[in-house]
Amino acid sequence: MKPVANEFVHNILFCGCGGQGVLTAAEICGRAAIKAGFHVKMSAVHGMAQRGGSVESHRRFGKAVASPMIPCGKVHWLVCMDETEGLRHFSQLDKKGIDFTPFLKMAGSLLSDKRTLNIFMLGVLSTMLSIKEKFWIEAIREVLPEKIALINEKVFGDGVKTVESLRS
Amino acid sequence: MHRFRLTDAIAGCAYGGKLLLSGNEAIALGAWEAGLAVATGYPGTPSTEILEFLCGAEGVKSQWSVNEKVAYEVAFGAAVGGARSLYASKHVGLNVAMDPLMTSVYAGVNGGMVVVVADDPGLHSSQNEQDTRWVAPYAKAPMIEPSSPSEAYAFVKEAFAISERFDTPVLFRITTRVAHSEESVKIKGRSVGPKIMPFKKDISKYVMIPDNSYRRHVGIEKRLLRMAAFANTTKLNRIEPGSDKLGFIVSSAAYQYVKESYPDASVLKLGFSWPFCDEKITGFAKSVRKLVVVEELDPLIEEHVRALGIKARSKHNSYRIGELKPEHISDIVSGKPKTEVRQKTNIPQLCSACPHGFVFTVMSQLDLTVTGDIGCYTLGALPPYKTMHTNLCMGAGITMHEGMRLAHDDNKTVGIIGDSTFVHSGITGLINTVYNKGRGLIIILDNSITAMTGGQGHPGSGIDICGKPTETLSLEAICRASGVKNVDVVRPQDQDRLRELILRGLSDAELSVIIARSPCVLFTKREKVL
Repeated sequence: MKPVANEFVHNILFCGCGGQGVLTAAEICGRAAIKAGFHVKMSAVHGMAQRGGSVESHRRFGKAVASPMIPCGKVHWLVCMDETEGLRHFSQLDKKGIDFTPFLKMAGSLLSDKRTLNIFMLGVLSTMLSIKEKFWIEAIREVLPEKIALINEKVFGDGVKTVESLRS
Repeated sequence: MHRFRLTDAIAGCAYGGKLLLSGNEAIALGAWEAGLAVATGYPGTPSTEILEFLCGAEGVKSQWSVNEKVAYEVAFGAAVGGARSLYASKHVGLNVAMDPLMTSVYAGVNGGMVVVVADDPGLHSSQNEQDTRWVAPYAKAPMIEPSSPSEAYAFVKEAFAISERFDTPVLFRITTRVAHSEESVKIKGRSVGPKIMPFKKDISKYVMIPDNSYRRHVGIEKRLLRMAAFANTTKLNRIEPGSDKLGFIVSSAAYQYVKESYPDASVLKLGFSWPFCDEKITGFAKSVRKLVVVEELDPLIEEHVRALGIKARSKHNSYRIGELKPEHISDIVSGKPKTEVRQKTNIPQLCSACPHGFVFTVMSQLDLTVTGDIGCYTLGALPPYKTMHTNLCMGAGITMHEGMRLAHDDNKTVGIIGDSTFVHSGITGLINTVYNKGRGLIIILDNSITAMTGGQGHPGSGIDICGKPTETLSLEAICRASGVKNVDVVRPQDQDRLRELILRGLSDAELSVIIARSPCVLFTKREKVL
């Protein structure tokens, strides 16, 4: 597919440390975007991630996407699971881009199980994208094992509500 | 990350529609749809998932081979036998397979053979940043380069047809960004299953002795001319007309960055990238006012375009180092040098309770000189241990130990190697040390799995590519059979015993091997499940 000039491409950068579910979150986001009919591309670096290294995943979708990597300074949503990693990528943020660090702090007091942080962040992200909730839930059920899908659907809802409460 | 396999993809609801595929998965699926019958490889980032994805696919015999040379020969044997076969490894892995590769191009194939090689510009997880595209002119083999998962899926089918048409193995070169990027790909489905062609005995073609090889070499040079003509007509090399002010000649992932930065420019996109399509290049160059060559790493296209007498802008020399990024393209067009420096990332560490850690603790306390090898344990060179002093390639932990001992026989030098690496290319080195009456100490860090690349089985772990039990190679028996008299097995957690064995091995008049055996903390659960 060829890119179309002036056609908006959603640029989302997921980042964090190995074991935080960064790639799982990116995978769910990508599947939800396909279901919503977008052309999706993604790029990740995860060579040494299992040993606690930095993990990042670029997720892009729109009518047609060229580069799987987001050009520097064009990140619209910086979804960080770790504050330091968020800072490291801060310079890649677009002028109007949204940094998720404040939500990271809120999640700290809200979540009883920090392993669900990645799905909480997806809930927050979903309020800023034009992808229907049912696609998100379908993607969560496809990617996560059955026994933890239900609890994560609830956490996803918590993420949505957190943003809604801020808006009201 | 998500370890779903080709069988799952077919069973999944998305099949027949769109699937989110990595480049590696796309290659596997495309090859399977093209009637692949045999697939071989050795794990190595970023190529590993190709074989993992194929495991269990209907009609495909897949295997983790002992090393890349073995993998190449098995795949080549299958192709000569008449099956469509695929070999996959990372760039440095193909170096190990260079011996059979060079001569296999002389003999040619019967069923198609695709040689997938994954380069790692930017060194995300490799010991060097070589540009494997040079292998194509060096081996006189055709090369295909996809720029995305959807192209990888489509091009691999073409690769088999080209291999059979020109009677040669085909290089299928990808990079980390093609292998590990993902894209929503429209899936066509498999129309035919694998077909095995008969093997016709032909000594003049398949027995490479001087007279036969000389005749085959004449054939290669003729084949190159036919392939160069094909390069000018194949749709794999396509011109995307745009503005006549600016035109790009580009291949691989760099194409995507050019389209990102200059969607209106004209582009000659090379998919069948060697031998070059000279007529297309010349014609395209005439059609634009400013011509720019964009390629990652070395100046392969650039030098050829210049040799054709065409004036073109190419990247500043500083871009020969590191990975190309979408934001670099405008600076390349204006001829600026690269300003970006390699970013620091979190330093990876051995997992907590990793058995290798105990060995590094003892070795650092004894202040030893350590010749190292490739695996998770290479992290022993980093803080907090800083207890590995050389690391070169698979197997060199043993052979460089022998060499170091020839230079300084000071009872302070130890060679270390992992279990999978030992089987890959450590055994020959061990035999060499014994044969040449070398002394010293080798420690095999045996966690019974290929951990670094995500927990693949190997002969020493006794599980095959699909996780099923198979014959287990005894490392201690192999060491003894090689002529090593002092072979001890120890749990690395037993530090006193480990220290005692190390001290004894260092001063012994003969070569000693310590096998420090304890299962990997990440993959033990999986073993139990199996």
